[in-house]
Amino acid sequence: MAYSDKVLDHYENPRNVGSLDKNDPNVGTGMVGAPACGDVMKLQIKLGENGIIEDAKFKTYGCGSAIASSSLVTEMLKGKTLDEAESIKNSAIAEELALPPVKIHCSVLAEDAIKAAILDLKNKK
Amino acid sequence: MNNLPIYMDYSATTPVDKRVAEKMIPFITEDFGNPASRSHPYGWTAEKAVEEARRNVAALVNADAREIVWTSGATESNNLAIKGAAEFYSKDKGKHIITSATEHKAVIDAFRELERLGYEATYLTPEPNGLINIDKFRAAIRPDTVLTSLMMVNNEIGVIQDIKAIGDECRKNNIIFHVDAAQATGKVVIDLEDLPVDLMSFSAHKTYGPKGIGALFVRRKPRIRIQAQMHGGGHERGMRSGTLATHQIVGMGEAFKIAREEMEMENQRIKTLHQKLLKGLTEIEEVYVNGDLDHRVPHNLNISFNYVEGESLIMAIKDIAVSSGSACTSASLEPSYVLRALGRSDELAHSSIRFSIGRFTKDSDVEHTIKILKEKIGKLRELSPLWEMFKDGVDLEKVEWAAH
Repeated sequence: MAYSDKVLDHYENPRNVGSLDKNDPNVGTGMVGAPACGDVMKLQIKLGENGIIEDAKFKTYGCGSAIASSSLVTEMLKGKTLDEAESIKNSAIAEELALPPVKIHCSVLAEDAIKAAILDLKNKK
Repeated sequence: MNNLPIYMDYSATTPVDKRVAEKMIPFITEDFGNPASRSHPYGWTAEKAVEEARRNVAALVNADAREIVWTSGATESNNLAIKGAAEFYSKDKGKHIITSATEHKAVIDAFRELERLGYEATYLTPEPNGLINIDKFRAAIRPDTVLTSLMMVNNEIGVIQDIKAIGDECRKNNIIFHVDAAQATGKVVIDLEDLPVDLMSFSAHKTYGPKGIGALFVRRKPRIRIQAQMHGGGHERGMRSGTLATHQIVGMGEAFKIAREEMEMENQRIKTLHQKLLKGLTEIEEVYVNGDLDHRVPHNLNISFNYVEGESLIMAIKDIAVSSGSACTSASLEPSYVLRALGRSDELAHSSIRFSIGRFTKDSDVEHTIKILKEKIGKLRELSPLWEMFKDGVDLEKVEWAAH
């Protein structure tokens, strides 16, 4: 499969890999996907005092496009408010990474991960 | 070696041995005659070369040269044997046929075609180690079973089936027994004087010969009959018409001659490489070898790497040319049907890699492969939430995943 340069770049040098303390009241964790489907994404965001996302981390089990989608999302999230984060659409991720049609589901999963992380954070508040 | 990845895919195909290529070349240019031309020296020279090659192919498997029929490769041999014998013998015996779920597609799809024509097929599920249980085979036999087809060495996992035991059972029950030996020649000793096999398929390009040529062994004593699938000038005693590809045949003959002469020594060397590769890769945590470790050819090592996704694994090891249990090059994310038949989970089937080594694999190739795998598996697991959960002691079977 031919990958775009952007996918390859995120795959070779993934940004913000790691984990945040999931018990921290300011940290929201979203885990989406299933091993049997071939992708699992864990996305974590940390909200600063000012209501701005100050940190984002991910871990992904999945193909190169899934890894790249989640890596890109962590970059997009930093510096955004929750409302802004919530409005990130999968199409923007797919377009930025030039994902082929068979890989669009990776960007959908990344959008789901953002929503799940925000929901977790809101449930804590 | 410039920018090409290390070749670890000998089960897909092998390079033509230089000695083989040299022997082939004159038969493309100077000695171009048609072996079927009986009236001039051009034909005679070609015929002589074809018959010498036939003797060499027969000698590797301890058969009579008259039992060898040239084909275009193992796929054609499998089709000719299965359809040809089923067609010939079903009138008297019946229309039930037996094979295994882990056969090559050329066998499975020939069986499917016969099913379409009204045959009933049984696809045996092997044991988790890839081997066919003889009792289960016995239980599958029916009075109307006309044909059984099993491969000697599995192309994906390298296990060797007990051909003698299965063949004895077939003889007892008057069942035609076909064996696909495409992955076996030059790797295991094949003695057709001893083995109760009626039909056996061979390929040149898995044994350092050229692509596009193969052969089918058709036993003479007791005489086995097959219905031709390719009609025409009546070549190969009517079993397979079509002008013989002299240069290809010469190549296959030479390749099989070299295999006969060098197999023993070569296998010693490959065994050493296999042990090194196995030891190196099983030093990585949470890896699973697919296929029995004792009943196997050392040329193959199929391993699943847990908690790593198959497609990203293939991307990560682009410096090694291997095959994956995950059909990641196509749009379908189908895991290997062979590994699924062994009862491997989808995840493990997806994250499997087939390493296959051969005549030109160097010690340093194996060392380099181990080094790359250790590094890349480590990197991908660092990225994997499943690995993190496994390390935290979470039972992944018990997690409720949000399926999508």
